Amino acid sequence: MTSLILHTGTRAVFHTIMLLSVYLLFAGHNAPGGGFIGGLIGGAAMVLLYLAAGADGLRRVVRVEPVRILGAGVLFAVLTGVVAVLFGEAFLSSGLLELSVPLIGEVYISSVLAFDVGVYLVVVGLVLQVLSALGPEGGRVS
Amino acid sequence: MLFALLGAHAALAVAAPLLARSFGRRVFLVCGLAPLLATAWFAVRSPAVLAGDADAESFAWAPTIGLSADLRLDGFGLLMALLVSGIGTLIFAYAYAYFSKPRPDLGKFAGALTAFAGSMLGLILADNLILLFVFWEATSITSYLLIGFDDRKAESRDAALQALLTTGAGGLALLGGVVVLGQTADTYSLSAILAAPPPHSGLLDVALVLILLGAFTKSAQAPFHTWLPGAMAAPTPVSAYLHSATMVKAGIYLVARFSPAFADVPLWQPLVVTVGVVTMLIGGFRALRQTDIKLLLAFGTISQLGFLMALFGAGTPKAVFAGVVMLFAHALFKAALFMVVGVVDHEAHTRDLRELSGMRRVMPVAFWAAAIASASMAGLPPLLGFIAKETAFEAFIQGGFGAYAWLALAGIVAGSVLTFAYTARFTWGGFAFKGERGVEPADAHRPPAAFVAPAVLLAGLGAMFGLVPVLLDRLLNVATTALHPGWEGTYLALWHGVNLALGLSAIAVGAGTLLFVARARVETWQSRMPSMVAANDVYRATVRNVLLGAKRMTGVVQSGSLPIYLSIITLTLVVLPGVALVTRTPQPPLPPLTATPMQGVLAAMVIAAAVAIVMAGRRFVAVLLLGAVGYGVGLLFVIQGAPDLALTQFLVETLILVIFMLVLRHLPARFTQRRLPFYRALRGLVALGVGAFVFLFALTTGAARTAPSVSQEHLARSYPEAHGNNVVNVILVDFRALDTLGEIVVLVVAAIGIASLVMAVRSERERQRRDADAAVEQGARR
Repeated sequence: MTSLILHTGTRAVFHTIMLLSVYLLFAGHNAPGGGFIGGLIGGAAMVLLYLAAGADGLRRVVRVEPVRILGAGVLFAVLTGVVAVLFGEAFLSSGLLELSVPLIGEVYISSVLAFDVGVYLVVVGLVLQVLSALGPEGGRVS
Repeated sequence: MLFALLGAHAALAVAAPLLARSFGRRVFLVCGLAPLLATAWFAVRSPAVLAGDADAESFAWAPTIGLSADLRLDGFGLLMALLVSGIGTLIFAYAYAYFSKPRPDLGKFAGALTAFAGSMLGLILADNLILLFVFWEATSITSYLLIGFDDRKAESRDAALQALLTTGAGGLALLGGVVVLGQTADTYSLSAILAAPPPHSGLLDVALVLILLGAFTKSAQAPFHTWLPGAMAAPTPVSAYLHSATMVKAGIYLVARFSPAFADVPLWQPLVVTVGVVTMLIGGFRALRQTDIKLLLAFGTISQLGFLMALFGAGTPKAVFAGVVMLFAHALFKAALFMVVGVVDHEAHTRDLRELSGMRRVMPVAFWAAAIASASMAGLPPLLGFIAKETAFEAFIQGGFGAYAWLALAGIVAGSVLTFAYTARFTWGGFAFKGERGVEPADAHRPPAAFVAPAVLLAGLGAMFGLVPVLLDRLLNVATTALHPGWEGTYLALWHGVNLALGLSAIAVGAGTLLFVARARVETWQSRMPSMVAANDVYRATVRNVLLGAKRMTGVVQSGSLPIYLSIITLTLVVLPGVALVTRTPQPPLPPLTATPMQGVLAAMVIAAAVAIVMAGRRFVAVLLLGAVGYGVGLLFVIQGAPDLALTQFLVETLILVIFMLVLRHLPARFTQRRLPFYRALRGLVALGVGAFVFLFALTTGAARTAPSVSQEHLARSYPEAHGNNVVNVILVDFRALDTLGEIVVLVVAAIGIASLVMAVRSERERQRRDADAAVEQGARR
């Protein structure tokens, strides 16, 4: 049931949506957004791709098993907490990195960004997992 | 440094599968670096610790709830650590020779073995009850992986599962006991509790019994001993390690630590000593009729563990000292004996003592190592085992506890008789020439030197310490003092003059020899005896009945009807908190219906969509309307000024809509209509009840606030503390990051659950289709 319009349209917007989702992930600390919202938008992009290009098309773009993305997400989040412990802080307490970048000025990078990346990965992984489970191969009625 | 040592074990355990790719079976030598490093460190630290210092390291990993990881290395800890890491190093060297052919799963095995060694090391270093429990469970889990290494054999899997279930159940009891003890003593620090034990109370009794349950299951005490013989399914390096320095010694370790502080509690001594002596007798008796020499040794371990349990359980200074000597001696000779069994098994391809014959000539070095270690096990001079046994006899002769001390002594002497007899049976069975009766394995060959070396080293140590016991005086005395501050110290000697203890040793040797010589008659007698209640049958029956009960329970609770599930959940919600809501006085005042006109419009839209869902006949329409409800609520969030919430709501609604569509393709287009109006009315009633409840609940919770809202504080702290302007995000990833971590783990579990459910349905369908095809084919053939 692939339609040419959907297919072409998706090719046009897919990267923009992914960019938006990553932007929201990074902007989330100070503006609306964050790992959960960014992940949902990334997931929506995956759904769009799935509808336009089917399971095979999705697999061509995302070659990693969804389970691995899920695992990587949790690992990221846990490791953020462990890093805090290595610095003698309590598990998951946040740290701040101050950088002066030429032309941009002072930039603060909070360690929670890494935690948010973990959340992002888990949400995207969940959507991919659901798609691969409920898609044609997953629950095919013969 | 103690943390670093545990870290080295953990790192190598994780890296082992990768290392195995490039190192092959040499991965054992690489992983063996962790225990080797630990042994070296403990040796370096030993002068200071023996002088009375105790290394302590601590780090607070959740200070807000008072959880910290404390490690402590005192005299007894040093003794145990040297055994765990020292024997561990030899085990890795032995494993390298044992797995002479490369296998693809060696990396996993080496990893589990390293993790196991690290867990055991952590267990004996832990100075916090919770941490101790964590390592305790870690040894259970890693030993499960090790015992079940040959996972294609049902026998291995069953044995691993039995070990896990038994020690796991004991672990649960231990957790309960640890928590009760920690709450009673108001501290979870092991050294603080032992230095100032809480006064005797009913609660303390409960805690101690639970902790002892944990120790008894782990150390294979009757009636929980049945998992240990089964664990023989493990590769021999694991058995050698499990039986000598680790796992089964964990329970002994726990009792040794607790006994001096709690031996005064009335139930402690009788309970522990009785269980220990009974176990010693059962183990020795069963060992006498085994024909598999590895199994014979396993029952021997059970017997020795009972002996140790009785010694430590008695809790007098002398008995604790005897326990420490015995513990050390046992670790040396039992590791050596298991290693030799592995060598025999490897080279002769059998462990059956009816088939083995003449191994003495095939592998003389292994034979001599086994002979020396056996002599130590049997308690013959001039070996360490003899000194240990003499000390133990003296401790029980001296008494210092109840009148039953003589009974316990009699039990231990009887146990020693059995020990001598089964040791003789082992040495004879494994190595002797048996004339025409034994069949000499034709293809047995001489083992390589590296394979036998670890056993020779351990047996040699037993002999050296037996001949020159003064080498051990300091270590064993300091270890005893660490356990029992009342210990005055003594020196070890082979010859104590002619006394009662020597007489008892003579009895043990004499009667043991008689039992061995008359072995044929003993065997007939044993086999004729009606088997008493077999503990293993009890285990099987328990497991079977628990599974059966769970099945019945599931049958009742899980009817499989979604409407019934939903009704039960929602009705519970309406009835339980609902009643409290309605009867609450004073009832909250009704707020104005809408704050802005826009809210009214959106609310009307949501209500209209909700009503339409109920009327809808097609699933497709209902799902779309459900989306409308969700978007309406999202818009309400927007005009309330909550962009994050609204964005999330919209995105989730969109995704749910698509996923619903994917599911709908597999469902009939229209809802099945219930003909009976009674059911429709009932459902309507439930739905209305839930709606009314949620409405009332929202009203009440809004009005019931007694403390100021935390949101102001979150807002005020958001930028200064977390450097974020988006307070919603800061709460999610910083203030309440642990909650978020829990939530994403739930997401992962849900994802795995979805995949498994779909996969299960798919394979079920495929099975049905195959059956149908087969039926068609059969029909065609007819």
